[in-house]
Amino acid sequence: MTAAAPSQTPDAPAARVRRVADAVRRRVLEYTLKNNGGYLSQACSSAELLATLYLRSMRLGASRAPLTPRPFAGVPGPENPDAFTGADYNGPRAPELDRFIFSPVHYALVLYSLLIELGRLGPNGLDAFNQDGSTVELIGAEHSPGHEVTAGSLGQALSQAGGIALARRLKGESGRVWVLLSDGEFQEGQTWEAFAALGHHRIGNLGVVIDANAQQCDGAMADVMTIEPLAARLRAFGADVHEVDGHDSDALAAAAEGLGDGPDGHGRPLAIIARTDPCRGIELMRERMPRIHYVRFKSDAEFQAYQDLLARMTAEAGA
Amino acid sequence: MIETVTRPHRDTLVRWAAGRPEVLVLSADLTASCEADAFRDTYPERFFSLGMAEQNMMGFAAGLAREGFYPYIHTFAVFITRRPFDQVAMSIGYPNLPVRLVGFLPGITTPGGVTHQAIDDVGLMRLIPNMTVLEAGDATDVESVLAVTQAIDGPVYIRQLRGEVPRLFPADEPMRLGRARPLGNAPASGADLCVLSSGICTEEAMRAVAALRGHGVGVTHLHISTLKPFDDPQLAQAIDGAGRGVITMENHSTIGGLGAAVAELMAERGAGVPLRRIGLRDRYAHGASRGYLMREYGLDAPALIAAAEALVGEPLAIGADDLAAVRVEQMRAVEKTEDL
Repeated sequence: MTAAAPSQTPDAPAARVRRVADAVRRRVLEYTLKNNGGYLSQACSSAELLATLYLRSMRLGASRAPLTPRPFAGVPGPENPDAFTGADYNGPRAPELDRFIFSPVHYALVLYSLLIELGRLGPNGLDAFNQDGSTVELIGAEHSPGHEVTAGSLGQALSQAGGIALARRLKGESGRVWVLLSDGEFQEGQTWEAFAALGHHRIGNLGVVIDANAQQCDGAMADVMTIEPLAARLRAFGADVHEVDGHDSDALAAAAEGLGDGPDGHGRPLAIIARTDPCRGIELMRERMPRIHYVRFKSDAEFQAYQDLLARMTAEAGA
Repeated sequence: MIETVTRPHRDTLVRWAAGRPEVLVLSADLTASCEADAFRDTYPERFFSLGMAEQNMMGFAAGLAREGFYPYIHTFAVFITRRPFDQVAMSIGYPNLPVRLVGFLPGITTPGGVTHQAIDDVGLMRLIPNMTVLEAGDATDVESVLAVTQAIDGPVYIRQLRGEVPRLFPADEPMRLGRARPLGNAPASGADLCVLSSGICTEEAMRAVAALRGHGVGVTHLHISTLKPFDDPQLAQAIDGAGRGVITMENHSTIGGLGAAVAELMAERGAGVPLRRIGLRDRYAHGASRGYLMREYGLDAPALIAAAEALVGEPLAIGADDLAAVRVEQMRAVEKTEDL
C-alpha cells in the first residue's frame, strides 16, 4: 500500500482549500440564480487563490467583526464618527499580522462566500446581499466585509497597498501586505506606475496575487488589449515573479512562501501570476464564451440548466 | 512699501516639520520647483520621490495616511487636480484621509502655458466631498497655512505660492481657518461695494480699493483664504451690507472658484444686489508673463475699477496714474466691534 500524496489526504491543506473553493463556487452560483445575475466566472477563476491566501499564506488573527454584517453607517467624513471599514473581518491590526487589500471588488460575492466558509461571516451573512442600506454590496466598498480600501474604479488599490506597506516598513512592523489583483487591472497605467514605485523603493513586504483569467467585460483580453507577456513585463519592473496554475493550492502556497523575509521589509515586491480558468467547476459556462464577465440568464431553459447543475453540485458535496 | 519674502514655504516647511516625525513629503520630480528641497535635504528619511506618476503617488499617500502618517504632496496644482482627479476623489477624498495636497503655480502665475496654469483647480477640489480648500495670498498666509492645515481632520488642498512673495499682512497675524481678513477701513455704515478677493488678486484689489475709497466710494474688502468650507459669517454680513453690489476677484476661472462660491452664497441668501466676477471668463490662458496676462485677461486693478464703475453707475475718473500712485501698505486685519 502506498501512502497518499500529502495533498490527497482529507486533512491536507490543499484538500481543505479544494473543499472551501468548491463551496464558494456553489454559493456564488446559488446567489447568481437568486439574483438572476452575478459575477460567476470570477468565483470559478479565483476560488482557490482566495482560499489559499486565507487558509495557508496570510497571517491573520480571528475576525473581530459581527457574524451578521453591520448595516451601512454612512459615508466617511469629519461629521461621521461611525463610519467603518470591513477590514475587521480579516482580524485585528497588529504589527506582526498581515493585511489583505482586495482590489477587484466586483469579486465581492466570492470574498463574502469565502468568509462564510471560514466562519468569519455567519451562514446568513448574505441575507442582505445587494439590499438597500446594506454593506454587503454587489460591488464591494471599503465598508463591505473583508474590504479595506475604496477600489471600485480598478487599478487604485495597489498604490494604496504600496503606501500601507511603506508605512509598515517605516514603523518597523513585520506584518506583510497582500493584494488580490485581477489581470484586467494591468490595462490601467496606474498599475505600472505602482510596480515602478514598489521596485524603486524596494518594497519587499508586499505580495500581489493576480487572477490571470484572461477575460474582461468585452471578452478575451487578447482581443480587447493584451497585457502579455505579463511575467516578462513584471520582471522588467523589478518584481519577483512566479507563474503558477491558479487552481493548484500547493503551487500557490509555495510561491507565496517567504514573503517579507528580506531585511526590514526591503527587497522586491512579489507577483504571483495565477493562470486560471474562468469556467473551472462550471463547465456549462463555456457555452457563453467569451461573454462571461457578468452572467445573466437569457432564457428559462438556461436558468433551469444552471439550477439543475447547482442541485447536482450540492448533492455531490453532500455525498 | 510692502516687503517681499523669498521662498517663504521652503524655510517654513523645514522649521514647522522639525518636531513632527509623522509629517512626510511626497514629490513628483518637482522638488526644488515646489520648495521642498530643503525638507528633502534636512529629513531625507521622511522624503519620498515618486517620480512623474501622480496617480500612483495619490494612492501611496492614501496608504501612508491610513497608517497614521501625514503625507504632504508637493507638485504643481495642475498635476494634483487634473490628471489624478479620480485617485484624489476615490483613494483620498472618499475615506476622508488626512493627505495634504500642496499645489503650486496657481492660474496665470507661471509663463509655462496652458499645461502648467491651474485655472480650474479650486473648482475641481471644491467638488470633492470632505475636501478643504485653502489659498495663500501673501507670505504670511504661506507661512501659516501648514499649521491651519494640520488641524483639519480630512484631506486639504492648498493653493500655494512660491518664489518672491509679498507680505501684505503682518507676520504675527496668521491665516485662520474659515476667517476672511477684513482689509483697510470699511465705511462706518452702509458700504457701497463689497470686494472679495483671493490669492495674488488681493494685492491688485488693495490698490484699486484704496483708490476707490479715495474717491469717496465706500468699500468693504475681505481677503479670502478658506474657499471651502465657505461659511464665514463675515461674508454674509459684508454681502448684506453692500448697497450697490459685490465684486469677486480671483486668479481662476469665474466658474467653480471664489466667484462661483459667492454667487451660490448670494443666491441662497436672496441677496438683492448684482455680482461682478473678475477672473478668467471661461477661457484658457497661455504662456506669457504674469503682468501681461493680468492685463490681457482683466485680473488687475483697472479691471476692478471698471467693475466698480459699472455697479455704482458712474465713471469715477480713476486712471492708471492714480493707481500707480497708490502705495500698497501692509495691512493689519481690521478688528471689528461686532462679535463675528
